[in-house]
Amino acid sequence: MHVCTVVPISLTIGANRIVPAIGIPYPLGNPTLGEKKSYEIREGLVRRALKTLTVPVEEQTVFEEDF
Amino acid sequence: MICGDNYFGSHIESGVVDEILELIRPLSPDAFVAGPAFNAGRYGVACGTMAKAVQDALSIPVVSGMYRENPGVDMFRKDIYIIETKDSSADMRNAAPKMAKLLKKLVNGEEVLGPKEEGYLEKGIRVNYFNERRGSERAVELLVRKIKGEETYTDYPMPVIDHVAPAPPLKDLSKAKIALITSGGVVPQGNPDHIESSSATKWGKYSIAGMDHADKKDFMTIHGGYDRAFITEDPDLCIPVDALRKLEKEGVIGKLTDYFITTTGTGTATNSSKRFAEEYIPLLKEDGVDAVLMVST
Repeated sequence: MHVCTVVPISLTIGANRIVPAIGIPYPLGNPTLGEKKSYEIREGLVRRALKTLTVPVEEQTVFEEDF
Repeated sequence: MICGDNYFGSHIESGVVDEILELIRPLSPDAFVAGPAFNAGRYGVACGTMAKAVQDALSIPVVSGMYRENPGVDMFRKDIYIIETKDSSADMRNAAPKMAKLLKKLVNGEEVLGPKEEGYLEKGIRVNYFNERRGSERAVELLVRKIKGEETYTDYPMPVIDHVAPAPPLKDLSKAKIALITSGGVVPQGNPDHIESSSATKWGKYSIAGMDHADKKDFMTIHGGYDRAFITEDPDLCIPVDALRKLEKEGVIGKLTDYFITTTGTGTATNSSKRFAEEYIPLLKEDGVDAVLMVST
């Protein structure tokens, strides 16, 4: 699965399970919110990313929200 | 000349090309036609191989004909003129006249126009010329055609990217071995393998064994396409070793691999990326990796 900031690129190159990331210079986290909050964001995205691997997808799917 | 494509394919290393060349040379031909091969793959490769060999050895014009997806096309389109045909010999009546017309032009030394006009597959050559109408005018015209939904064409086509069917889901994430891959340019301090900051031609595989996070003492980013300040300070923003370790301890995933794989994504050709994957996928398979978390900036 692909965690990426620029989702249209991921769709163009053909990733099938996509989780949108936070920002180009910090895909997993947001250091402007402090270390603790940044880590929480990262762990949340990684959990969602891993969960996408457990569900079947028929076509390219962008997982915008936790599910 | 008739040569079975199986015979040709299995005798390339034992000299079939020279063998055929020496049969052709005494005839002193003015031009050489190979095929059309339509969508017959081995035949296409044989046509392309012989056409190029004749062109190189005898310095005479050569033409072949193939379906766009014939493997001979990618191998030889830059070397020889290949008329685009349909995928079966039912197209012979269309293909043969186009091949003959182009060959005649080449023999007579007449100007060969572009792929669209002559019907050959793009050779990757760009020719500069002065158009009577300036670029802005033609750009607006093209835009209007697009808006109207009329047929348009481009002088500079984008690469064709193949899509793959989604992989089936993991049966049990808590037993799965997960590998971490990034195009974010995170590498060990000092960039030991000199991975490029843009337009990468190589990838690296580096240890994260025993690490509970990705420390700035150990890692840096060499990516030339974003502000590196944040990831320089905390590489976990790109390679989330800390979160993955925590989830490994919690049993959410079975195991994180002892390494991550990395390259620089900016400016990197899709063909290079494809090669990288072809190189590292066997290593992942050998290591029993069940799924990959891939992070792009």
